[in-house]
Amino acid sequence: MLSHLRPALVLFVLLAALTGIAYPLAITGIAQAVFPSQASGSLIVRDGAVIGSSLIGQNFTDPKYFWPRPSATSAPDPADSTKTVSSPYNAAASTGSNLGPTSKALVERVSGDVTHQREANGMGAAAVPVDLVTTSASGLDPHITPAATRFQVGRVAEARGMAEADVQSLVDRMTEGRQLGFLGEPRVNVLALNMALDDLARK
Amino acid sequence: MTLNGWLQIAVFCLLVLATVRPLGAHMTRVFSGERSFLSPALGPLERAFYWMAGVNPSKEQHWTRYAAAMLTFNALGFLFLYALQRLQGALPLNPQGFGAVSPDLAFNTASSFVTNTNWQSYGGETTMSYLVQMLGLTVQNYVSAATGIALALVFIRAFARAEGKTVGNFWADLTRGTLYVLLPICIVTSLVLVATGMPQNLNAYVDATTLEGARQTIAQGPVASQVAIKMLGTNGGGFFNANAAHPYENPTALGNMLQMWSIFAIGAAMTCVFGRMVGDTRQGWALLAAMGVIFLAGVTVAYWAEAAGNPLLTSAGADIGASAMQAGGNMEGKEVRFGIALSALFAAITTAASCGAVNAMHDSFTALGGLVPIFNMELGEIVVGGVGAGLYGMLLFAIIAVFIAGLMVGRTPEYLGKKIEAKEVKMTVLAILILPASMLGFAAVASVLPVGVASLNNQGPHGFTEILYAYTSATANNGSAFAGLNANVPFYNTTLGIAMMLGRFAMIVPMLAVAGALVGKKRLAPSEGTFPTHTPLFVGLLVGVIIIVGGLTFFPALSLGPIVEHFLMQAGQTF
Repeated sequence: MLSHLRPALVLFVLLAALTGIAYPLAITGIAQAVFPSQASGSLIVRDGAVIGSSLIGQNFTDPKYFWPRPSATSAPDPADSTKTVSSPYNAAASTGSNLGPTSKALVERVSGDVTHQREANGMGAAAVPVDLVTTSASGLDPHITPAATRFQVGRVAEARGMAEADVQSLVDRMTEGRQLGFLGEPRVNVLALNMALDDLARK
Repeated sequence: MTLNGWLQIAVFCLLVLATVRPLGAHMTRVFSGERSFLSPALGPLERAFYWMAGVNPSKEQHWTRYAAAMLTFNALGFLFLYALQRLQGALPLNPQGFGAVSPDLAFNTASSFVTNTNWQSYGGETTMSYLVQMLGLTVQNYVSAATGIALALVFIRAFARAEGKTVGNFWADLTRGTLYVLLPICIVTSLVLVATGMPQNLNAYVDATTLEGARQTIAQGPVASQVAIKMLGTNGGGFFNANAAHPYENPTALGNMLQMWSIFAIGAAMTCVFGRMVGDTRQGWALLAAMGVIFLAGVTVAYWAEAAGNPLLTSAGADIGASAMQAGGNMEGKEVRFGIALSALFAAITTAASCGAVNAMHDSFTALGGLVPIFNMELGEIVVGGVGAGLYGMLLFAIIAVFIAGLMVGRTPEYLGKKIEAKEVKMTVLAILILPASMLGFAAVASVLPVGVASLNNQGPHGFTEILYAYTSATANNGSAFAGLNANVPFYNTTLGIAMMLGRFAMIVPMLAVAGALVGKKRLAPSEGTFPTHTPLFVGLLVGVIIIVGGLTFFPALSLGPIVEHFLMQAGQTF
């Protein structure tokens, strides 16, 4: 064992310096030079203030905005730091619900969200698109499906005093197809869509 | 299931197959000490490393010395990573000011990253400083993967050499694997990943004011450089808590494809290295074919189960039908950009290899969809497997397969001209049995202890599956989780840490003993009575042996967990 100590020690130090310091710093340098926006988190800055990131979802509850998926993220309870409280789209502590398929808590939560979505959107007893009542894996999903936008178009149009067709045509423009035509799923970035709605209103 | 879903699965398989030969040829040259196209750039660096370490790369080691070198190096890495976590509060590159990691969590994390498991009892963005992520975790991502490749090379040389005494030089294998294989690929993939949107910075977390006026703190960090090696080295430890489901850690479906390719690339290419080194490439393709059969079966079941979804959500009023407007299916714990097909595919890949990264939460998979990742790990992750670890796991099963074939026809079994005798079979069985003993043993104990049950996030059979998954993942050095289980308590941190050590090192030692015994044997020329090991018949036998051994060992435990849960889910029962 002892004769191995020198090579083990020296090679560990060298490999650690190479892969743990030189490599990440070099990649950081190149990335910041070539892809500055992506490397810094794809932040959206308006009038000098950071609004968010185009990759990270944020919470919306106002009827005039499209709503994102439910989020299971939480934050430390300000009153008692040993506990946590629900804090949707907490981008400093990503997590999913981790509720299994036969979890009573899951079924009750989905039932509650179904009722809420139906009432808020005036959709009677229509089935709600599944992504709109399920939490994402990260709790930070920036997207909803085209079906989930369709479900909300009426409510958003009414809250903004716009024609439903105008809102829908904006949604259609903002819908991203599969990458290269077959990778991933069609989706709408909720933050980008809501910013586009606000821009439309400002004109 | 949709046509487009299957198209994505097919494209993934073709991508992996396309790189088996070029990558395998490159690795064969590198590990034979020959020059490659990278030698002009990296040769001087490699020689400088040897000179400073006092290593003669052409001086080969007996298997016991090779094992001792490997263990010494890994022990050192363990101590360093433990110390780094304990001291992070006093060290630089810690913009969020995280304090020292607790002793049991630091033990667990050090065991986890040294053994290439990368189980995480912590959330990355709430626990670890950038220095620990880089100098601690990224380094182990590299060297634990290089260690895995080195161990596979030992096994390959055991078959390739006739009447040899030595199995290679650990220091040379370690250095070459890192310099010529892992590092160059990661430099390229990490930059491509940044282009898809992955952050790479050392900034403090960003405070944003959302459109509705709320405050949102967004975690940052050197993500891409760590993710590249996390995937290529089948490590799987996420920079963020949500791992590859986090939009920063996996921004697009295109980047997701690159990450999935990275998981399988080296493991699949190792079969080609094997074929080339033993002088018969058909032997490598036969192993890859057996891996492919088991892999595709798993993908099909997982994709079908997740697309079929959860009937309980339909009765609650959700629309789970697939259409042009939505992927449908079981979207709890999944991301919209990946939908069902890419989530199910990723789950099968990450557990077939010993990666453990996740782009969807396995805990929220349907019962049968969640069974696939568990069963993949229980088989020992031999479907391409961890870089290196998959190949030697598969070769152990190949030894059992030829042994059984030998019993059936009453001849001394041979594999690649090496007689398989009592000692090799005993050691092989020992290596194969250590895994289920640890997985099932620990799970049984934790299921009856109050401290084990207290950490559950789900009740009923799903709760049992959470425990079974944890010890299966730790022992198999996978690192994915039914993450609802709160494992960051001393009981789980400690027992899971021990399971990871058992799964790695207690399996390696008998495996190396087999290699040491085989390398000294003659290579017999094939005769009339030799059972050929490159034919579809052998592939079928090998798959059969793997499924039977895995099925017999784990079926009772699985029927208490996911299988009974499936029927309860159909019956509308909740817990």
